[in-house]
Amino acid sequence: MELLSGADMLIRSLQDEGIEYIYGYPGGAALHIYDALFRQDKVKHILVRHEQAAVHMADGYARATGLPGTVLVTSGPGATNTITGIATAFMDSIPMVVLCGQVASTLIGEDAFQETDMIGVSRPVVKHNLSVRHPEEIPEIVRKAYYIASTGRPGPVVVDIPKDMTTPNERYEYVFPKKVKLRSYNPAIRGHAGQIKKAVDMLMAAKRPIIYAGGGVILGKATDQLTELVRMLGYPITNTLMGIGCYPASDTQHIGWLGMHGTYESNMAMHHSDLILCVGARFDDRVTNATEKFCPGARIVHIDIDPASISKTIDADVPIVGPVDAVLKEMITLVKESKEKPDADAIAAWWKQIEEWRAFHGMRYETSPDVIKPQEVVEALWKLTNGEAFVTSDVGQHQMFAAQYYKFDKPNRWINSGGLGTMGFGLPAAMGVKLNFPDDEVLCITGEGSIQMNIQELSTCSQYDIPVKIINLNNQALGMVKQWQDMNYESRHSQSYMESLPDFIKLAEAYGHVGVRIDRKEDLVPKLKEVLAMKDKLVFVDIYVDRFEHVYPMQVARGSMKDMWLSKTERV
Amino acid sequence: MRRIISVLLENEPGALSRVVGLFSQRNYNIETLTVAPTEDETLSRLTVTTTGSDKVIEQITKQLNKLIEVVKLVDLTEGSHIERELMLVKLKATGSQRAEIKRTVDIFRGQIVDVTSSVYTVQLAGASEKLDGFIQAVGTSGVLEVVRSGVSGIARGEKVLSL
Repeated sequence: MELLSGADMLIRSLQDEGIEYIYGYPGGAALHIYDALFRQDKVKHILVRHEQAAVHMADGYARATGLPGTVLVTSGPGATNTITGIATAFMDSIPMVVLCGQVASTLIGEDAFQETDMIGVSRPVVKHNLSVRHPEEIPEIVRKAYYIASTGRPGPVVVDIPKDMTTPNERYEYVFPKKVKLRSYNPAIRGHAGQIKKAVDMLMAAKRPIIYAGGGVILGKATDQLTELVRMLGYPITNTLMGIGCYPASDTQHIGWLGMHGTYESNMAMHHSDLILCVGARFDDRVTNATEKFCPGARIVHIDIDPASISKTIDADVPIVGPVDAVLKEMITLVKESKEKPDADAIAAWWKQIEEWRAFHGMRYETSPDVIKPQEVVEALWKLTNGEAFVTSDVGQHQMFAAQYYKFDKPNRWINSGGLGTMGFGLPAAMGVKLNFPDDEVLCITGEGSIQMNIQELSTCSQYDIPVKIINLNNQALGMVKQWQDMNYESRHSQSYMESLPDFIKLAEAYGHVGVRIDRKEDLVPKLKEVLAMKDKLVFVDIYVDRFEHVYPMQVARGSMKDMWLSKTERV
Repeated sequence: MRRIISVLLENEPGALSRVVGLFSQRNYNIETLTVAPTEDETLSRLTVTTTGSDKVIEQITKQLNKLIEVVKLVDLTEGSHIERELMLVKLKATGSQRAEIKRTVDIFRGQIVDVTSSVYTVQLAGASEKLDGFIQAVGTSGVLEVVRSGVSGIARGEKVLSL
């Protein structure tokens, strides 16, 4: 029988769970745990400069690997600083366990120093949270936390650990449970066979079908099955911002991503379709535009692991609750066995129409002889990295340009805060990716507004040698805010300028990194090449781009999917 | 439409606040809420009455089911069911009012459970509408205090909500 303190049990449980990296910041209520961490070397701890960044690092890791990330912080401000990160992970269904210190159980409720009701504060933004009431429970709680975080529709789980649960000299028997079972939590393991059959029949009969795939395909590790089904059917596929990489963007069947800043052809194809096969997406408002005008002629098949995502905003004709990989596998079998074949003439006519839309717009922007366009920076990076890099982003115009002009052929490479839209996400997320993929190129495409929201992490990068490349698309303004003000507020730029920008080059150098400024168009490609050649350096690339550029296409507010601005002057 | 949703919940600290939090977080209504342990001490039974379109009610049941501590739930209004609410009401009762109130209490099959020279305390159980009807019958001017338990419900016949 092995006797361990609560703190040692916690770290030992992390080891037994196979956790390699945790991201965090120490403080009073977590000190027993940090001491236990010090006395072992299997679980490595990355010390951030702000707890929010720890959560984004764990998040970046989780998105790139598909495995749950882990965070360790202290009580009170340490815990509350994680909330934005937790909410970010919650909105995008990212598996994660956040371990929070808490004041001793005897002090809870007495407004003790650094006391916050973290269970209460985090409740609306977690999949679940758990608090430790006896040290002996720790291994089981840890096991449960990872199980809940990573199964079904994944999400963040918070574990609240009062300080007296980790007291060093109180030891208990350590038993790491092999399995956990929760009578009230049983995620679906397969879809309903009858519904799947019905969906396949509808797919075969469709004349203007479209496949609309989301982040659930990537989270559910179902990209192979999706690709197989789509190729077998020969139908067009679009995906959400979160679904980027679920199907190769360079393939002709892929018609780009959809929604507010999606391609003309994908929004047109959605609007005119007669059948939408939605796979692991959730018809959110940045996709549907006005729900009452959404795709008037389409019947909808919706596959999702989370029943609550089905018919939440748009009613499904055929709901299928189940893991996307299993459901798609069954669909593939049924399509193979089906006596019915897709209507070749109808599908050919449909493709002809889509190709016309594609030719009408595709993705285009106006270049300029002297000003650097943000889009061309992204295109240059895509070419220079052979489309193989991990790309993280923050939120705003640069995020949309990155998603539009970097063509991802693989899943888990495009890493952004899609649901919550968290500025400050990009750099720490990139760090979490780079630590775990040291040989891959990791780019953080950001803007001068977003990067300053977690810029303190340049210090963490120095400490642990994390050579990410920061691509700062510097337009000296909060670009997306400014764009909306241009379009909806007669160009009254209320608080959307960033005055007094720092000298990012000196700033990078102050932290021991390399800074490169690019402000002439002819320097763009050669300098980016130099930057990418500096494999073992963090390089902060400050690129002065067109200050007046807008992101297009852009759906017209409260319109249908097909109502879009294609440039500052063209509206369809 | 008014619905009665009955939930079996893990009897653990914080479980109730998750249910209540869900309603406010997603902008759903709670009209009444009752909760108490069951014969199985690991489970609580919670009954909530709410209103909303079919779409909203579907979301409420789905979102409730997603809570890890919700073990099972049923929308009792989908089938035939019995609903009961308990009310204790203090009424001004002097002079001729005393006999009148007594008669009304008898008609509603209530009981006078406490008496002073000027006040009757009446206990009444039944569907919420019946309790509303009683208040209407005695008139709000004589009502000093009302406490209602909120609705409890159970399905009719063989149907059982259990593990």
